Amino acid sequence: MQEKIANGETPDILFWVGCSGSFDDRAKKITKAIVRILNHVGANFAVLGVEESCTGDPAKRAGNEFLFQMQAMQNITVLNGYDVKKIVTGCPHCFNTIKNEYPELGGKYEVIHHTQLVQQLIDEGKLKVQGGEFKGKKIVFHDPCYLGRANNVYEAPRDVISKLDAELVEMKRSKANGLCCGAGGAQMFKEAEKGTKEVNNERAEEALSHNPDVIAVGCPFCNTMMTDGVKHFNKEDKTKVLDVAELIASANDL
Amino acid sequence: MISSIIFVVLLIGSSVFFYINAKKIRRNILLGKDISITDNKAERLKTMVLVALGQKKMFTRPVPAILHLFLYAAFVITQIELIEIIYDGITGHHRAFRPALGGFYTFMVSFIEILSVLAFIGTIAFLYRRNLLKVPRLVKSELNGWPKLDANIILIMEFVLICFIFMMNGADEVLYSRGQSHAENLGDRTLGLAISSHIGPLIYGGMPDAGLHVIERIGWWGHIIMVFSFLNYLPFSKHLHILLAFPNTYFSNLKPKGQFNNLFEVTDVVKPNFDPSYQPVLDPNAVIGFGVKDVKDLTWKNLLDAYSCTECGRCTAACPQNITGKALSPRKIMMDTRDRMEDVGKNMDKNGGTFVDDGKTLLGDYIKHEEIWACNTCNACVQECPVNIDPLNIIMGLRQQLVLEQSSAPNELNGMFSNLENNGAPWQFSPADRANWINEN
Repeated sequence: MQEKIANGETPDILFWVGCSGSFDDRAKKITKAIVRILNHVGANFAVLGVEESCTGDPAKRAGNEFLFQMQAMQNITVLNGYDVKKIVTGCPHCFNTIKNEYPELGGKYEVIHHTQLVQQLIDEGKLKVQGGEFKGKKIVFHDPCYLGRANNVYEAPRDVISKLDAELVEMKRSKANGLCCGAGGAQMFKEAEKGTKEVNNERAEEALSHNPDVIAVGCPFCNTMMTDGVKHFNKEDKTKVLDVAELIASANDL
Repeated sequence: MISSIIFVVLLIGSSVFFYINAKKIRRNILLGKDISITDNKAERLKTMVLVALGQKKMFTRPVPAILHLFLYAAFVITQIELIEIIYDGITGHHRAFRPALGGFYTFMVSFIEILSVLAFIGTIAFLYRRNLLKVPRLVKSELNGWPKLDANIILIMEFVLICFIFMMNGADEVLYSRGQSHAENLGDRTLGLAISSHIGPLIYGGMPDAGLHVIERIGWWGHIIMVFSFLNYLPFSKHLHILLAFPNTYFSNLKPKGQFNNLFEVTDVVKPNFDPSYQPVLDPNAVIGFGVKDVKDLTWKNLLDAYSCTECGRCTAACPQNITGKALSPRKIMMDTRDRMEDVGKNMDKNGGTFVDDGKTLLGDYIKHEEIWACNTCNACVQECPVNIDPLNIIMGLRQQLVLEQSSAPNELNGMFSNLENNGAPWQFSPADRANWINEN
């Protein structure tokens, strides 16, 4: 972002990468898939790079409102400084927090999740999607809570997947009834409480019962949880866990 | 004459008793913090009509939804008949509206009879689901004891009430056909009631007039006494939802479910760090507690939620943590909140209207830390609730209290907090490395 502004350019859209997308080796691949899509359509976008900092979502959900607001206001200061208007996020948690919780703290932007961006690009004819390697494959989509229930975005990822000529299978618990992967509410950062089962295994078991080739996700945390769940059942050779952005990028050989 | 006096005494007595208890409920709800919910009146009304009146969210589970609809429709429509029963009770008439209303009267009472049969089926099916089929969400541990008994008491009251209706109408049909009913004879041979005109003669056809009069009166008095009992049982029961579902859905959260409350008392302190021109609004010397320790820290909407809960357990059945055997149950959060609120209320009643510290709080004594820390904040419970209760809002308030006031978050979360503070990420990565991915392959 800094570079573009220094060169007198005004990016149309800011890609908010998120902590997972920046640091986690697995999630970095999702980040790159999103970037490849953006480059492919010639989007005029920028990232904040080292100026980006956690949105504060895990602090807020864990009850640490002070830390959340410190993070939020720091980010808002940066975003407003660059006069950012439109943001696409690689993570539903960043998406939800910036879209819904930043306005009250002075950060008002048009915020979309990357599956919505891909849907828009397809609808506008800027992105053509071929089935590629996923043609005829069985794909089951797991709804991220913070995209689905939290913000009622159910169709964008499904629309995008449907363009792959694949067989999209719905789990019994999907859309508004979707089951959490187990990461939300800051559970990602702590051991589970005492119980009889891990939530991610419960969810992976449900997804695997359809014997899919791919479990498609739209969230780096869901990705981690579902990948661990698939490994728990020793199904990683048969079933891949991939982000919707990765599906599109590899189907198009981007 | 004597029966009219007895009736009026019962009517006034049960109304006064209900009024006293309803006032206590109102007082208890207002123990919560004041918040203003006055926006979007049209959308709120629409939500109330769809969700409370139209039971929209019930229909994600069609079987209980239809059974519940039978009971609900019978309950609502039967109230119309109460007008006549109260009039008859006071004046000593019998079926006073029939001569004037004619065919419409027959239609209305017949309609109520048909709904009553459906409600009868519903009641038996619900008793079966709870006690024999043992639907998992209806037999969870938080229902042991009073909640389970409460649910069965209500169903049995409904069962008995419907029996009384058919005793009253069935016996009266036979008496009327013999010209012996106390209802005004309009020259016809039957009251024409859809169900009772058929089953009345079948059951009571062989009985003498004197016996039928006794049965008819038992039915009539039994019915109205059950209605008065039901009304006065409500304030002590989970069944309050039949009234409170309406205000509770009207005051629903209309914002996206992912948008959690902003704590202004925090903003007021944090904002000057980023905006030097910002003038704090709150008095820095005033003692402000963050989050929720006890019911007084909740809002009146949280407390209205607790009274509106009918313990159906759809929230708990959808909770990922409960499904995987953790202690968290969103239903229990609501039940504990109500229990605590009622305990505080009783404490106030005992101590002349002021709360005397009983050494207990909602957090810790009713709801355990283990429950609060299990939550995924996934909103499944909020989504599921047929009357738009929000257990997550309470859980978040309790978490804020634990973190901001008691510094008792789980260790791993404290680690995450310090990473966030130091590195701007929940993990231990250097912020300088945040853009490394750009040049990696």
